[in-house]
Amino acid sequence: MLKKHPLAGFSLFGIILFILSNRVDELRVFQGATVAIYVIAIASIILLTGYSGQVSLGQGALLAIGGYAAALARNHWGAPVWLTFCIAVLAAALGGYLLGIAAARLSGPYLAGTTLALAIGLPSIANQFSIFGGEQGLLFDIGAPPASLGENFSQYKWYFWIAALAALIAIYWLRNVMNSRYGRSWKAVRGNDVAAELAGINVGRNKVLAFTISAGLAGLAGALLAMTISTVSPGAFPLALSFSLATGAVLSGVTTLGGVMIGAVTLVAIPEIVDTVVSRFESSESVANNLPGLLVSTLLILTVLFVPNGPVEQLRTRREHRAKK
Amino acid sequence: MAQFINMLLIGIGAGSIYALMAIAMVLVWRSTRVINFAQAGMALLSTYIGFELVQKTGNFWIALPLAMILGAFFSAVIEILLIRTLIRHSTSGPVAGIVPIIATLGLLGLIRAMIGFIWGNQDIQIQPPLSKVGFKLGQETIALSPMNLLVLLTVLAMVLVLGFIFQKTSLGLSLRASAYSPEIAQLAGIRVGAIRTIGWAIAGAAGAAAGLLQTVNGTGAVSPDSLEFSLLLTFGFIAAVIGGLESLPGAVLGAVVLGLVLACVQIYISGTFVFVVAFALLLLVLLIRPQGFIGTKAGRRA
Amino acid sequence: MSLVVKDLVVDHGAIRAISGVSFTVETGKLSAVIGANGAGKSTLLRTLSGLNKATAGSAHWGEHNLLQGKAESHVRNGVSHVSEGKSVVAELTVEENLDLGALWRRNKKEAAETKNQVVELFPRLGERLSQRADTLSGGERQMLAIGRAVMSKPQLLLLDEPSLGLAPLVIEQIFQTIRGIVDSMNLTVVLVEQNAMGALKIADTAVVLNLGSVATSGSAADLIADPAVRAAYLGY
Repeated sequence: MLKKHPLAGFSLFGIILFILSNRVDELRVFQGATVAIYVIAIASIILLTGYSGQVSLGQGALLAIGGYAAALARNHWGAPVWLTFCIAVLAAALGGYLLGIAAARLSGPYLAGTTLALAIGLPSIANQFSIFGGEQGLLFDIGAPPASLGENFSQYKWYFWIAALAALIAIYWLRNVMNSRYGRSWKAVRGNDVAAELAGINVGRNKVLAFTISAGLAGLAGALLAMTISTVSPGAFPLALSFSLATGAVLSGVTTLGGVMIGAVTLVAIPEIVDTVVSRFESSESVANNLPGLLVSTLLILTVLFVPNGPVEQLRTRREHRAKK
Repeated sequence: MAQFINMLLIGIGAGSIYALMAIAMVLVWRSTRVINFAQAGMALLSTYIGFELVQKTGNFWIALPLAMILGAFFSAVIEILLIRTLIRHSTSGPVAGIVPIIATLGLLGLIRAMIGFIWGNQDIQIQPPLSKVGFKLGQETIALSPMNLLVLLTVLAMVLVLGFIFQKTSLGLSLRASAYSPEIAQLAGIRVGAIRTIGWAIAGAAGAAAGLLQTVNGTGAVSPDSLEFSLLLTFGFIAAVIGGLESLPGAVLGAVVLGLVLACVQIYISGTFVFVVAFALLLLVLLIRPQGFIGTKAGRRA
Repeated sequence: MSLVVKDLVVDHGAIRAISGVSFTVETGKLSAVIGANGAGKSTLLRTLSGLNKATAGSAHWGEHNLLQGKAESHVRNGVSHVSEGKSVVAELTVEENLDLGALWRRNKKEAAETKNQVVELFPRLGERLSQRADTLSGGERQMLAIGRAVMSKPQLLLLDEPSLGLAPLVIEQIFQTIRGIVDSMNLTVVLVEQNAMGALKIADTAVVLNLGSVATSGSAADLIADPAVRAAYLGY
């Protein structure tokens, strides 16, 4: 269904989500919104790493740009909600474009280090300028859901609708981009950029474009994330967020968009699992503080050791092997 | 004038600690072509171990070398257990080149979480072994305390010892040959695998020293999520890149330059811009002279 | 002692680079391995020195099994390999490159004597001991590579295309030096060469490889006289 009629598939999936959101409790709805946001953020990494061979370890910084841009637009100009998201995308894309110009000339370790430095430094910069509200950050309030949705329509459900719709549109659009001329060029660049250059692909421009689009998506995710917690602050985009997203991307398999849900669901499930463990065993505070990090890191290391290309790709290659035999 | 001298002192002092971190990153990069982001985590772990040793022995100058030895040991274990397997496995596939880098990120998270489990997430406090009140120059108190001076001398001694090992001993020759041309080293009978592990071990010791010295030189407080250690990692990386990522003297020089530039910004402009300037410096070096100030053209083959 | 290679098979992934090669080189002899590009000459040599893994067959230097263990252990058993393209470490000095070859040797006194021998053999290197290897000319680098291999006190020397990219006069000189080393040090040498004529002239025996198999082999003099070899590899 997805292969033949992608639009119909995505719409159906959206309708299922919509129905589901009316049948589960508030916490699940909120988690659903978070999954949708992670899907966008992870997809932005997959686009960059899996399709163009560029590594960004600092996606959290681009999310932060999106979040702050949305909050500033809303608070200073009173921009309508849909416009704040557009501004978030544009602002982060601009950041990504600038980063991309530099990144197009950098290879693996340099790029990884540079983006990581950005993720470490950017939140602490935001901390020191009054326009960004310092440690407390800025409020980002998108307001109550429209009255036409009924009195029982909760705030979280409203977040979920917005986030899920954004994720569906983003993934659908990204899927088309990947199958377009640009997507094929990126794959060629990832495979071998000298060969791609010889085949007439402008490698530099393609890398910058991949960075720009990826950053735009990250910015959208950042604005949505800010929406669900109603604020943007340096603490909302810590280094741990960048790590988690990178982990999510590796878990999903950076070579294909197909597994993007795996990483997103895992990232949301981990705190849930930790909560259960902590309350079941009445564990100490240090377990609650450190178990999530332990789980995420262990998963990341195990994945790169045993399924470096992600479970989806692994299954596909295994199936192909079997088909050959 | 006093301000200028203070800037020099602060810059060189900070730079000397970045230098240890940069040396650690360069050593790992040269021996396995991996940027080890877990270096900050390993330094943090060594610092906690140093903290325990200071508690037990009551003497920082016994704790420091012991922590460095343990740091070297952990680093070697990580190379043998994790990095070797990863490098052997990741020779094919589209993301082969970045897999070890991502793994070191995982390792960083893992180490931080384990520290949190063992020591908790609150700050611990290491007492500085010497006074941190600045010397007096006439009426003025300058930004150089006995502690600062000793840190400087310790780093200097370490750099000299490393330089001697690398330039004058058989081990140093093996390390350099294996870094520049593993195949030829192997053909000359050098056990390249063991040499790689030794490279990681020395890096672990240098990182441990960086962590402990930074801590006693600063506030003395550490926590698993310490921003200081993230910045140490970043500045160490930037210093290594300025030096060309391949060269040990380059790493030291890059660190001192970075320290001085940042001290200059901090004193004459504002502490707010320290990171912005460091990041700009990194981009500038990468875009204008990617082989670093000292590195050769071949350095960026990666 | 002799080098005995039997039914050696080497694969590069899915491609068979060497398919069933057998030959023998007696002690103190210089054997040339010639053949066109892609005949598997370098692969053969890299397999003998432990850099590539063999799929099947056997290769022994005396008692020592060349298909087992890593390259670094072969050196300790008297097998030295000079890989293709001036195998020196460009970033190290000439002296450091030489010392590299003797690092594994316990007896430092003997190693120092070998260094004197090498410097006598290549006076040009002696004059440039403290220069970086990448400041040397192509011919000097090749000499340094051979010198480094000799520093390991080898009994079996594997040379991969020492003439590559050198001027005709320098090639002549290198070939004469190789012959000289074989005679004066009683070494056994396998010399892989694209420059078939030059190699055959100094060799005792020769193996002609074609697409991974032995096309013909025999004494070097016989092969030079063989019309088929002349037509295919010597160009007249």
